[in-house]
Amino acid sequence: MVQPLPARLHETPSQTAGPYVHIGLIPHQAGFDIFETNFSNVLVGPGTQGERIRVEGRVLDGAGAPVRDVLVEIWQANAAGRYNHPADRQEGKPVDETFRGWGRAGSDFETGLWFFETVKPGPVEGRKGHRPMAPHINFWIAARGINIGLQTRLYFADEAEANANDPVLNLVERGQQRDSLIAAREDRGGTPTYVLDIHLQGPRETVFFDV
Amino acid sequence: MTHLDREFLQRDRGVHPPAFTPDYKTSVLRSPRRAMISLQSSLSEVTGPAFGHGELGPLDNDLILNYAREGEPIGERAFVHGHVRDENGRGIPDTLVEFWQANAGGRYRHRNDRYLAPIDPNFGGCGRTLTDADGYYYFRTIKPGPYPWRNFLNSWRPAHIHFSVFGSGFAQRLITQMYFEGDPLIWRDPMVLGIPDRAAAERLIAPLDLAAAIPLDMLAYQFDIVLRGRQQTLFENKLQGN
Repeated sequence: MVQPLPARLHETPSQTAGPYVHIGLIPHQAGFDIFETNFSNVLVGPGTQGERIRVEGRVLDGAGAPVRDVLVEIWQANAAGRYNHPADRQEGKPVDETFRGWGRAGSDFETGLWFFETVKPGPVEGRKGHRPMAPHINFWIAARGINIGLQTRLYFADEAEANANDPVLNLVERGQQRDSLIAAREDRGGTPTYVLDIHLQGPRETVFFDV
Repeated sequence: MTHLDREFLQRDRGVHPPAFTPDYKTSVLRSPRRAMISLQSSLSEVTGPAFGHGELGPLDNDLILNYAREGEPIGERAFVHGHVRDENGRGIPDTLVEFWQANAGGRYRHRNDRYLAPIDPNFGGCGRTLTDADGYYYFRTIKPGPYPWRNFLNSWRPAHIHFSVFGSGFAQRLITQMYFEGDPLIWRDPMVLGIPDRAAAERLIAPLDLAAAIPLDMLAYQFDIVLRGRQQTLFENKLQGN
């Protein structure tokens, strides 16, 4: 006989967010206002340090149709490459108190387009013994028909050298799937815009991570 | 050094519905078919957003009053409460819990819901709260009604409340649904039946909690939520820089 290991609890099962996720998480988009403060897709304030960027795209289903009821959340480091969280103690990288690093967006009910106003994140150290991670934004996607939230990352096309050395991108074996994580930069005469469509299924399927 | 530095345990996908559950028809075109790439935790996964009490209003967790216009909403008054813990049994303090639901007749206050049951002018259907130092949360609401949906010809969702929970790291992010003890629609629902493990699905059913009911006022339901746990050891798996 051996000592029994202490019993662990089991994670609560996920369920789809459903088509009316906006009621709870973006009530204004559902058609009413109820809270005094609302969470949004604008991560920056007037004092936020770093290069202002816009990040936008669509989520597409297996038939290539835009998912028009999707909820997208992002989590990212600040311009110095530091997360606003007590577990991040990277030396020499200040916390920006004006930047939480998190935002949520609902896609447009007509076009399926979602966007965020944020800053370009700096590089973050990798796991012990690994190279630094290229600048990236962590994505979490929920919608009707998605049974458990999908995790992926957005990398930046104008960071080719850092991307080539990124320890996570280098886990992706085939070139085309790797490209599914890299957002193209468009200059539209104002804020630089990075565009990334997320394909849920099919030949251009985005890489999703079991984190 | 706190436990917040520790990596997450591998998620047990066996307690979750897989992406492709064809009886829930919308999942057919919205489910990835390639294998996910497993990632060991980096700083990007062990960290996550924090929310403060100052961001919430005093009625944000009171669905009976937070949209009351000319009176209180119609329906069964209900107190819903529980703990948010991780798989190690540790209460998760100060974490944001958000919830949304239909009214007593099964109608959602949403521009895309056209069910013929009427809107309740005194019911919004959403709320949010932060857990306390022990991971405890509670809110007051009206028990939602069942709701028909276009899946099979005669599909009805069981009464349910949607929950969104954060935890202390972004890899814990979870959306789920709470069902009510004794509802005969639960085991006819393709979303519930999409969970491969019956015991796991049962953990989404909140028991009636008479001990917490408020006499002459409202019944109570207890719904505990478990988020992913973190590894116990700091040795070989520690993150660079710690």
